[in-house]
Amino acid sequence: MNKLIFTFIEAHKIDILEEWIRTTKDENDDRVVRVVSDQVFNSTSREFADLIITNLKGDKGDYHTRLKEFAEKVVRLGWPLTFVSSGLHTFGVIVFKRMEQSGVMTIENQRSLFREFDEWMTSMNIEIIGIYATTWEKTVSLQKIALQELSAPLIPVFERITVMPLVGTIDTERAKQIMENLLKGAVKHRSEVVLIDITGVPVVDTMVAHHIIQAAEAVRLVGAKCMLCGIRPEIAQTIVSLGIDLTQFTTKNSLQKGIEAALEITNRKIVNMEGLK
Amino acid sequence: MSIQSCVTIINEWDIVAARQLGRNVAKELGFGTVDQARITTAISELARNIYLYAGKGQICIDKLFDGGKPGVKISAIDSGPGISDIRQVMEDGYSTSGGLGAGLPGVKRLMDQFEIESIPGDGTKIKATKWLR
Repeated sequence: MNKLIFTFIEAHKIDILEEWIRTTKDENDDRVVRVVSDQVFNSTSREFADLIITNLKGDKGDYHTRLKEFAEKVVRLGWPLTFVSSGLHTFGVIVFKRMEQSGVMTIENQRSLFREFDEWMTSMNIEIIGIYATTWEKTVSLQKIALQELSAPLIPVFERITVMPLVGTIDTERAKQIMENLLKGAVKHRSEVVLIDITGVPVVDTMVAHHIIQAAEAVRLVGAKCMLCGIRPEIAQTIVSLGIDLTQFTTKNSLQKGIEAALEITNRKIVNMEGLK
Repeated sequence: MSIQSCVTIINEWDIVAARQLGRNVAKELGFGTVDQARITTAISELARNIYLYAGKGQICIDKLFDGGKPGVKISAIDSGPGISDIRQVMEDGYSTSGGLGAGLPGVKRLMDQFEIESIPGDGTKIKATKWLR
């Protein structure tokens, strides 16, 4: 790093910082400013500027750990990447403008200064974006795993009766899992009746219906009966409008009704105990 | 007067985003839960068609105000392979992907107005509108 630039930034650190925070705040869209308070914005901005200056000092190890921490923090706060990359750009613009004004930069040294500064800036930019991206990727893959974990559980509620409650959007990946778990579970628990509860499924379109029909057909093949419960009135209407044929299904509007029906099929029922208080 | 917002459909999760957008708009305009479900289901079908057959496209949601009567217009635009026989795809039970084949005729029944335009090799444009009663 060029000694000239370094000493200049070090000497004008406070002024640069102030101007930088001001411009970043003006330039940034509401998205950033809206989600955090002024205080958080200021302290985070300061941290970012400090980070840039640490890099200037050339302390590589310290800089890396701090950069990582910073990237993680920004991701956690939900700030866009543009905040970081445009922030870095603004920093460069401010430093250059000030160097020009104070006469540190002359026509003769302009070119070499610029080249060196640009090199330093670009490498830092790449590094920040890289760390930011990996932090995001990590978050996304963790969430994917978390989603998968709550994907399609099969719960044995009574002997020979199992329930699969479905919550959330069903995509192709999940549909596959539902089918697999349903069949594996039906065989493992020796189920006679399998109840699929769709109370928590927001939209039942033809694809979702198709997957459910297929799953039911497969369950029938392994010797169990499939029942669909938790069909909300609005879902019932859309299914009718779509013209989806669910006549080979027994459907119930609630899981409770479904379980009662399932007990009936397996020749059992729930009775109140007499003589007990 | 209309206010438009769009979602680009590239992967399966974009379908959810389009659906969410439609549901919010419908809710804002005062549609009931049944109509909200109809509108979101229609969006889901159209977005899935884009994802399955065209690979990439756009779902746009317009708020309409026709003589004081509010409505939602869904436009599905892609530049995919197009549909050579529109009459055939509007028949119940016709599907090239092994699905139920209820998608497009279903959307027509879910919504109040339905328009489809397609040029083979050039793409498909579908507009479907639901009015608040």
